Parts: sequence; structure tokens; C-alpha cells
Amino acid sequence: MSVRVVVPGQLYSYTGGQSKLDADGGTLGEVLDDLDRRHPGLRFRVVDEHGAIRPHVRFYINRAAATSLALPLAPGDELLIVGALSGG
Amino acid sequence: MDQSILLVGTRKGAFILHDDGGRKDWRVSGPHFLGSAVHHMVLDRRDGKTLLLGTRPGHLGPTVFRSSDLGAHWQEAAKPPAFAPAADPAAAAASVDIVFWLTPGHADDAGVWYAGTVPPGLFRSADGGNTWQEVAGLNSGYLPGIQQYIGAVPGGPPLHSICIDPRDAAHMYIAISSGGVFETGDAGETWRPLNRGVAATFMPDPAPELGHDPHRVAQHPLAPDRLYQQNHCGIYRLDRPGETWQRIGAAMPAEVGDIGFPVVLHPRDPDTLWVFPMDGTENWPRTSPDGRPAVYCSRDGGESWARQDDGLPREQAWWTVKRQAFCVDSGDPAGLYFGTTSGQLWASADEGATWRRIAEHLPEIFAVEAATVSS
Repeated sequence: MSVRVVVPGQLYSYTGGQSKLDADGGTLGEVLDDLDRRHPGLRFRVVDEHGAIRPHVRFYINRAAATSLALPLAPGDELLIVGALSGG
Repeated sequence: MDQSILLVGTRKGAFILHDDGGRKDWRVSGPHFLGSAVHHMVLDRRDGKTLLLGTRPGHLGPTVFRSSDLGAHWQEAAKPPAFAPAADPAAAAASVDIVFWLTPGHADDAGVWYAGTVPPGLFRSADGGNTWQEVAGLNSGYLPGIQQYIGAVPGGPPLHSICIDPRDAAHMYIAISSGGVFETGDAGETWRPLNRGVAATFMPDPAPELGHDPHRVAQHPLAPDRLYQQNHCGIYRLDRPGETWQRIGAAMPAEVGDIGFPVVLHPRDPDTLWVFPMDGTENWPRTSPDGRPAVYCSRDGGESWARQDDGLPREQAWWTVKRQAFCVDSGDPAGLYFGTTSGQLWASADEGATWRRIAEHLPEIFAVEAATVSS
């Protein structure tokens, strides 16, 4: 069983319009790497070149805020990616 | 048959205007990347068909897209501009926030492009903009040593005005807002400042070597030793191999001043240039002076200036024009185009003598580039 990923509209151009995806990985960073393999370019839009989460992107693992790419995920977990409050 | 187009980057996406004949009627197409800031969209003049644009959606990271069919299809760069980790692991590493400026490389270097970013960084692509590498001689070589002179500007200091000498691809000029103008003679391995004679009234030293605020630098394509600069502190000219800029804005009317963002050069005559003054008095409103927008033109290298506002609003117009948002085409007479912070596009088919509004109600305009494509 994979991690269930919900992506925001800002990333639909990478996912072919899909809002719910499956991805593999034992950490948030590994899941993002897998998403990038399946949807090239997606990772760099949400994480910068040094692995920092971009200022207007939020990650939630099973509805709990995730602020480190090292946080673990297990099969069946839900990863929610949100584009949050970037201004007018 | 060749067709004139205008490439317009805005705060909320990109638009392309197509000339329906005689530079009079323009048709707007787009938006492309609606909702994403597009700071620069540029045609590769070497092949006449490839477009590159730098974009950053409000929520996501910056990137570069390419199109070879005037925007019908876009392909994202496989490796957008990005900084390497800092040499000192304890130091905070910069990350690219905005791909601010794009310039095709030398005419003989097919596929080479340069990009300038916020925070200041210079990047090079050798494959038409698909993958980007740092110009390490600047980003990790020269800039860390002068970091203390690079100030804070709204939105972050951009690297812009990448000028490649048409006689020598290794000879380049760049500008960094709140940093200065810099020159390399070895394709970016080593750099030196080129700011002598330029005022910096916001610094304690009246004649610093670094820390100036160039808003736009332009090199004449047919007379590459002639440089012009619209600076935070005036309009300047430099004739190389000279080292000292001359403040040609001193001849501007005192009630208008010589503060602004863009400077545009005539495609053939090195003595003809245009600027778009803004109000830089007291608290720096950055609007048209007195609410009366006007272009100013010099035909003698900055010795004298003439106001060009026929067709422009005569009162209560408080917009201005950003540094990439004023351009010239290669026509004869030359056509001029500028986009405003209020989303209007204005054009002149007679070198600024008369102006017409050719589009309105667009988002805030960041960049306008005139280009010719084969249709």
C-alpha cells in the first residue's frame, strides 16, 4: 500500500489534473522524490534547492503539520499538500 | 512573412500581442500561466521562434518555460536555475526566489542563454534553456565577498541588464539593484565593479565603489562601447574604455528630474535614447511626476532632452513603467512600446512623437519585449 497524496490546484499542471495520487517512500522527502519521478518538476515547486519547504506551501501528514522532510510516513498514511496564503 | 509581436509579462501571467499590420492594430492573445507572475518573456533572436519566460506562481517555486510555437505549447526546464549549497555548511544558503531576467547568448552561441535572479545570481544554459548551471565565478566566487554592500530592495535585489558584447561573447556587463554594475572579460570567471561617477545618495560615502542601485543598463548593439544607465540616482552614459559615468540626466527639466526605471536605445543611432521619468522626490511615490506621464527623448547622447507625451494622459495618471516594461523594435522609424503598472500598453510608431493605447485592463505589467517572428 502506498501513501495517499492530495495535491492543490497549483500542482494540477504537473499531475494531469489529478488531485489524489499514490506515491511511495518512508519519509516526506522520499515521497516527494517519488512524486517528482512520476511528475517531473513537481518537487522543485514545493521545496527549494536546499530542501527547505517553500514559504507558501504547507504539508500535513494525517492532518498534522509536517515541517521536516525527514518525517516518516507509512503505507496508508495521507499526505496533504496545500498552497497557503500567498497574498493578493 | 515576418510578423511583429510584443511579449508581455505581468503580475498575473503572460500575454502576446500580434501586429495585424503596420504596427497599428494589435491583437492580444493569452493569458499564459494565468495567476503566475511572469517577470520576463524573451524571443531567441537567433532562431526567431523560441520563447523563454521566467515565472513564479504565488505559492510555488520559480521556474523557466520554453515554447517554440509562440505559446501554443510550453515545456518546463528540466533543471531550472538553482543555487548550489553554501561552501560553509553553517551559512544560510540562498535559494532562487524569482527568475527575473532572461537574455539570449551571443549570436554565435546557439542555444546559450543567461538568466538573472532574485536574490542576485547569474545562470547559464547551453541547451536552449532546458538545464541551467550557475556562473560560479560570480555566484560563489565574486558575490560572497561583496555581500555586505548588496542592500535590500522591495521584492529582493534582482540581477538584471545582462549585456553580452556583440564583438566578444566573453565580455559581459551585468547590473545588481542595490549592488552596482559589474564587468567580466572572461565569460564570468572574474568580475570588477564599474560604478565610478555614479551617485549613491542613500549611502554615507558619496563616491562608493559598490552598493549603487542601477535600475537598467543598456549597451548599444551597433556601438557596443556606448552604455547608458538609468539609476536610482539619475541617468548616466559611459563610453568605454572610459571608466567614469557621466550624469546626462542633469539636462532633464528640474521639475521632472532624472529618476526612473527603464532606458531604451535606438536600434541604429547610438545618440538616441528614451527614458520614462518617475517621481523620486521626498518619499519616492514612484508615479508619473505630477500625474502627467511622459517619455523623454535625447537625440544627442543626453546633452538635451525633449518631452514626448502626445496622446498620453495630461492629468491624473499616476502609473509608471518598470525596468523591463519599455522597449523598442527594429523598424524604421523605430516603434516604441511600454506597459504600465496599471495594466495599459502604449505604442508609438514614430519614435515617440505620438502615442496610442493598444491594450488596457491587463494585470500590472512587469516586462514588454518587441520581437519579429516568421509567420
